[in-house]
Amino acid sequence: MYAAEFDYYKAGSVADAIQLLGAHPGAKLIAGGHSLIPLLKLRLARPPALVDIGGIDELKGISVENGTIRIGALATHREIATSTAVENACEMVAEAAAGIGDTQVRNRGTIGGNVVHADPASDWPTVLTALNANFIVEGSGGLLRRGGRSVSAGDFFQGLFQTSVGEDEILTAIEAPALQPNQVAEYAKMAHPATGFAVVGAAVVVTTVDGRCSAASIAVGGLVPAPIRARSVEAALVGQELNAETVAAAAAHLSDDVGDNATGDFFASAEYRKVIAAVEVKHALNHAIGLAHH
Amino acid sequence: MTTRIFGSGIRRREDPRLITGQATYTDDINLAGMVHAAILRSPHAHARITGVDVAAARAAPGVVGVYTGADTDGVLNPIPCAWLVPDSDVKAVAYPAMAKDVVRYVGDAVAVVVAETRAQAEDALESINVNYEVLPAAVNPEAATQGGAPQLHDDAPNNQAFHWVVAGGDADAAFESAEVVVRDTILQQRLIPNAIEPRSAIASYTSAMGELTLWNTSQNPHICRFLCSLVTGLPEHKIRVIAPEVGGGFGSKIAMYPWEMIAVFCSMQLGRPVKWTETRSENYQSTTHGRDHIQHVEMAATREGKITGLRTVVYAAMGAYLSTASTGIPTILHGLMYSGPYDIPNIKGDIYGVFTNTTPVEAYRGAGRPEATFLLERLVNLLADELGEDPVEIRRRNLIPKFDDGHDVATGLNYDSGNYEELLDLVLGHVNYQQLKEEQARQREHGSYMGIGVSCYCEICGLGPSQVAGAVGFGGGLWESAIIRFHPTGKVNVFVGTSPHGQGEETTFAQIVSDELGVPVDDIDIVHGDTANTPMGWGTYGSRTTVVGGAAVALTSRKIKDKARALAAHLLEAAEEDIDYEDGKFFVRGSPDQNKTIQDIALMANVAWNMPEGMEPGLEATTFYDPPNFSYPFGAHVAVVSVDPDNGFIQLQRYVAADDCGPQINPVVVAGQVHGGVVQGAGQALWEGAVYDENGQLLTGSMLDYALPKAHLVPDIEILSTITPSPHNPLGVKGIGETGAIASTITIYNAVLDALKPLGVTKLDMPLTPEKVWRAIHQQG
Repeated sequence: MYAAEFDYYKAGSVADAIQLLGAHPGAKLIAGGHSLIPLLKLRLARPPALVDIGGIDELKGISVENGTIRIGALATHREIATSTAVENACEMVAEAAAGIGDTQVRNRGTIGGNVVHADPASDWPTVLTALNANFIVEGSGGLLRRGGRSVSAGDFFQGLFQTSVGEDEILTAIEAPALQPNQVAEYAKMAHPATGFAVVGAAVVVTTVDGRCSAASIAVGGLVPAPIRARSVEAALVGQELNAETVAAAAAHLSDDVGDNATGDFFASAEYRKVIAAVEVKHALNHAIGLAHH
Repeated sequence: MTTRIFGSGIRRREDPRLITGQATYTDDINLAGMVHAAILRSPHAHARITGVDVAAARAAPGVVGVYTGADTDGVLNPIPCAWLVPDSDVKAVAYPAMAKDVVRYVGDAVAVVVAETRAQAEDALESINVNYEVLPAAVNPEAATQGGAPQLHDDAPNNQAFHWVVAGGDADAAFESAEVVVRDTILQQRLIPNAIEPRSAIASYTSAMGELTLWNTSQNPHICRFLCSLVTGLPEHKIRVIAPEVGGGFGSKIAMYPWEMIAVFCSMQLGRPVKWTETRSENYQSTTHGRDHIQHVEMAATREGKITGLRTVVYAAMGAYLSTASTGIPTILHGLMYSGPYDIPNIKGDIYGVFTNTTPVEAYRGAGRPEATFLLERLVNLLADELGEDPVEIRRRNLIPKFDDGHDVATGLNYDSGNYEELLDLVLGHVNYQQLKEEQARQREHGSYMGIGVSCYCEICGLGPSQVAGAVGFGGGLWESAIIRFHPTGKVNVFVGTSPHGQGEETTFAQIVSDELGVPVDDIDIVHGDTANTPMGWGTYGSRTTVVGGAAVALTSRKIKDKARALAAHLLEAAEEDIDYEDGKFFVRGSPDQNKTIQDIALMANVAWNMPEGMEPGLEATTFYDPPNFSYPFGAHVAVVSVDPDNGFIQLQRYVAADDCGPQINPVVVAGQVHGGVVQGAGQALWEGAVYDENGQLLTGSMLDYALPKAHLVPDIEILSTITPSPHNPLGVKGIGETGAIASTITIYNAVLDALKPLGVTKLDMPLTPEKVWRAIHQQG
């Protein structure tokens, strides 16, 4: 199908984009178009106007400085997957990017567009939640006219297709801490056979001191409206020597964290997704600590 | 002597244009003055239409016409069912191009908007207001036959579209005296064909000449013309149907659809060319589906594992209406193959065709034969389990012994030739079956679950003798035709009635002609797909194009050769019987240097300066070839899988296809057909399945939910073959287009069940999704 009629504006800068959003209530930003265009074509979304931010240089680029990975909102999945800086700072991020969609999707789709769409089956929300990433959001009304506000992952992802980005705001960049030498991280997912989307995704970041886990950050997505931290699993890991037994024992706590929030469909029920989430957490942990290999 | 071109794996000449974007599909064609149609489809599976308001759509920008079922009613005749299987009480219910009073599936057409642009047509479509009185829907084909089920058609009580019986021997007696009986209920789930090119048509009617040209993505343009004439009332000689590049069909482009007839209607109303191209979502709803059987099956045997009987009761969904060839699929192409490669003396099948509030069901790669092979190979494995024997051994005890020229089976068919056990031995030797089983035992000790599936099949294809077609109620012939025309420069056009769309016959037919006549293969082009410049033919389906159409090409080549020999004799001033032929040259026996090439002959025949007394000019011949029998390719396939009991994930680790399609014209093309078929069959086993809810809403309405096979999920496919020529065919060839899909579904299914055997799982419904496998494992306790 073809999209319903809309007006089209091309923004030259972030300020320009924010101004255009303010001037055209209900307008949507478009970058790579990989989330929005399918919705437009099915006429499930009918914005009166699109603001094209695809040409804004200040939204582009990937850097790692002072222990922080900064990824511009317009960075494509491919740019992230092939970035040596990202790979060195946190291989999980590059690998997650490489596992998204197919070559064409990775060439055009952007991380910013992906996270503001907040599809529960996406990989980025889960990965960025485990990494405690911050999301830099700019708008016209904030106190921080330049530099914007910084939103934690936990606050950014608010629910099914919902984020804290306001109607007249724009996500400009995502920042995440580079891994320390005593940290390991891994993302594992059950990919839907039709699309590669995560039926269940699990991302883990584990810190060890003197052979014992001193901290763990574990996020699961795909089975819940927005990614959640697996606090019970994290707690069960801290203080433990990490091996197959302690990992399995900790992963078994996941159902406490998911509770009744899991959703399912005819391909994979909520009950099954909960089981798989624990399996994927276990796989991710085992990979992270070197007990299993890709 | 150079390498023989017949049998040579030359590259497909179709591919460069396909992979460089230079192919022209129907939707690529734009005509002067062309307008665009969009069809409004029912969102309900079953509803009474109580009102349609098109006023706003008529007034919308760019709109040139809006029509509803009230407009087409009485102008377009009903869409015909072209296969009325005899002795089965077929209810050929009215199948209108557009619904007027009742919609019967999600996707049924209610109105059409024609506008200057497609976007304008879609915009206007949204402003049409239809009032529906929603009715309960019948979705499950077995439940739909029970009392109290919602009724689709007044003239089809209990939604029964037909009841057909296949019987040979005395099955009931065999079961009464059976030492062992095994049973199962099999869900052959509904599949969505998913040709990469969606369906599309352009209708261009010129009233001054009363002529219609219809570009249509079709597997059979001549049948389309024939049926178009019946639906529109236009004389057949005034209709030209062109199937340009066709991007896959798998059976879904056989049918005469209402949609192109709506485009024809609009063009006749408006006097302008009208293009209609479906969206992918529309494709899922309104292009025909495949399979959808519920089968109650049972097998009788002796304690020694000799099969004595087979009985089935099958409920085959037809969807809301009877599509063109729908009724023949679960009957002639299914029940008649119940003996498979085995000697089964007593067979009985009760096949019920059932109307359901779903998209019409048609042929889908294999069409009836995968559904037969599956139940047979499933039952053989159950029998082996029951007897505690290796499933391979049970197969050996029942395979029909080698035969070269005919073998009768209980269903009444006469197979052409077969050497089943040799092929089974070949594939078992290749995989080292004994070693595989030892490996499986080792893995089981370590808690790993590996499964081995072995299946044998024999299928019926190369459709078929026209006399049989008539006897089984098929509303057309099944012969094929070819014209070979030599131009003065010795270049050749071959005009064929078949309509290949990916099967590679532009390459393999040229190889046949080159092999027969010594013309370089690059000097031969195959012309197909346009009723205005090709002779009548019945199309490409049922693995018949090479078997029937290729035979016509070979026989025509031989007619050309006979004339060329006579002309050569004249030019060489020798008696015809003294002329020898080799590699495109005719010469007097013993003097190969004094020769006339086929090109010399072509030039002389075309200029006709020096022809023998009474010989017509030109070097051209035509053959209409009607095969004396079907062809019966066969094979033995092996799949190896692993199953992870933690999450139910299945990994297809290895797949070996051993097939016999007689002599192979081009082994690369054969391999391509086997690869595609195996992967499509794997799709049914592991990933694909159309899901309707109880209201008849299609839940798998797009590629987001309907999982097609992906390359990275499939291992390299290993291919083996033997060559058992068909005695019925001038080239000895048998079909290979569907064998992969016929064999691989059950081979993989049996491998998964084999893997799960130590976990106590004995049954699963397809597709074998991880959750189903996981549940089956964990419900065993």
